[in-house]
Amino acid sequence: MHDVNIDHERQMGMEGFHPALVRGPVGINLNSLGEADMFGSEPKITARGVNFYYGSKRALNNINIAFAARRVTAIIGPSGCGKSTFIRLLNRMHELVPGSRFEGEILLDGLDILSPACDAADLRKRVGMVFQKPNPFPKTVFENISYGLEVNGMTDKRAIEEKVVDSLRKAALWGEVKDRLKDSALGLSGGQQQRLCIARCLAVSPEVILFDEPCASLDPISTGKIEELILELKKEYTIVIVTHNMQQAARVSDRTAFFLMGDLIEEGRTEQIFKAPRDRRTEDYITGRFG
Amino acid sequence: MNRRKEKLIKWLFTVTAFASLAFLVGIVLVLFKEALPIFKIISPKAFLLGTSWYPTAEPPEFGILPLILASLWVTAGALVICVPLGVGSALYLHELAGNKQRAVLKPVIEILASVPSIVYGFFGMVVLAPFLQTAFDLPIGLTAFTTSVILGVMATPTVASIAEDALSYVPRSFREASFAVGADRWQTLTKVIIPAAGSGISTAVILGMSRAIGETMTVLMVAGGSAVIPESIFDPVRPMTAAIAAEMGEAPVGSDHYHALFAIALILFLITFAFNIAAELISRRYRLKLGLSR
Ligand SMILES: Nc1ncnc2c1ncn2[C@@H]1O[C@H](COP(=O)(O)OP(=O)(O)O)[C@@H](O)[C@H]1O
Ligand SMILES: [Mg+2]
Repeated sequence: MHDVNIDHERQMGMEGFHPALVRGPVGINLNSLGEADMFGSEPKITARGVNFYYGSKRALNNINIAFAARRVTAIIGPSGCGKSTFIRLLNRMHELVPGSRFEGEILLDGLDILSPACDAADLRKRVGMVFQKPNPFPKTVFENISYGLEVNGMTDKRAIEEKVVDSLRKAALWGEVKDRLKDSALGLSGGQQQRLCIARCLAVSPEVILFDEPCASLDPISTGKIEELILELKKEYTIVIVTHNMQQAARVSDRTAFFLMGDLIEEGRTEQIFKAPRDRRTEDYITGRFG
Repeated sequence: MNRRKEKLIKWLFTVTAFASLAFLVGIVLVLFKEALPIFKIISPKAFLLGTSWYPTAEPPEFGILPLILASLWVTAGALVICVPLGVGSALYLHELAGNKQRAVLKPVIEILASVPSIVYGFFGMVVLAPFLQTAFDLPIGLTAFTTSVILGVMATPTVASIAEDALSYVPRSFREASFAVGADRWQTLTKVIIPAAGSGISTAVILGMSRAIGETMTVLMVAGGSAVIPESIFDPVRPMTAAIAAEMGEAPVGSDHYHALFAIALILFLITFAFNIAAELISRRYRLKLGLSR
């Protein structure tokens, strides 16, 4: 049932793809793979020549990639290859790591988000993040969502309430928590906590949502719910998801990028990456020969 | 042969592990045994609420309210000093200090904690008391206020280091989650980190309080020693610990005075015991709240 749904979604994605409409971002050489097809629209995010260092240790080498608007891009690759490092640059979470440093630029709708002129807090309202381990605050369910609204200056109680309910609905959690809004969020199950974190992220109305292995600590049923949710959310949001799970990448993503030891090896339509990888290393990875 | 050795080692560890328990039980038993006889001649209520402490007068009076109030008085004063200083240092260390500053400040705070109390007492007598006496134009420099200042400084490292631990127990993921919805550092600190560490910080305050109320040598040296109910913070006072320390030497073993001093010690023990239980309960609740353990 679940799989059928997803396949259906994926076919819709395929149908929306008309080769004549595909225009890549101008002037970007995407790892010599030619211009990436962005499903007919401008890319939401474009990274150019991104290098990243933890102290003297280099974690990313010359990453060039573009993310299609209102599509899901999966980032796959073995542990330690720089997936988290890369997506944490997209909302400047890397700034929390002292002694780290980057080169290159990342454009969000043409705005250089890594430049000091761009305010990190403003950026993070536009680019939300869901983490590997569910991390609700030790507050009530309601407060977990209202927090983001309050720190962003919303004071009208009615408006906050509406937004909280709306976010919980969008995160497919409302039915399960509507009678528990005043209970501690830590009493929810892992899967519910993760959807609460998604709701918390949705509440501040982001344009892009970054998921860093959101299902790594969840059981298959909770994982299925999150995947369904991601497919629903991509109608409105641009989504980047890091995942260890190749089936998951195949199920939810439109495009897939394969990272290896800090390099972007290959990036393309998910079907192509899984059925006809161009690079030997990609093939080895997806067929489970290493990693 | 090996079996025997193993058994012996196991036995040794068992003994060491239970030694503290044995000490605690021993102390409590002795306290009760030596304290209880005083209640044959005075009711617990009269003992606790009596306002005159003249243990060597004829007939003697054993009302320890002035001593209890003196202890609470100087402890409250110490809190006024050690809570802002201690929690402030913890926040600074945790939030603002770079690695270099932390590398200097943490050991300094630890050294402050390890200065013997007699040194604090000496400092209070020789430097602080004369200074306060002239500054506030007091008849005597050895007062509740002087004691509070010294006790506050003494308790600051306790509060600072436990509060800093509490802050560092707050999972990093909370901070990340807060930043990720666009909160700034200040909002994250006041709305997420401090509330999450709140019970841990209260534990720090309670333990600082235990430290202050149980301190003896310093209060003996700087509190002034007058066993009357304090009316102003600039009155000399005689906290419970000071009374015991000053009078135990002159009270004949087995006398009423002797038993009364034990009863004071018992009450002091019960007060600090209650503080510690409170600290334990709060910190347990806090760990639960953070989902750290059961
Ligand atoms: N805070 C950090 N300090 C130093 N090195 C780090 C830090 N975080 C990650 N790294 C290193 O950077 C590399 C990439 O890590 P990461 O992006 O977390 O990989 P992935 O998410 O793909 O598993 C790894 O070699 C890791 O050890
Ligand atoms: Mg990772």
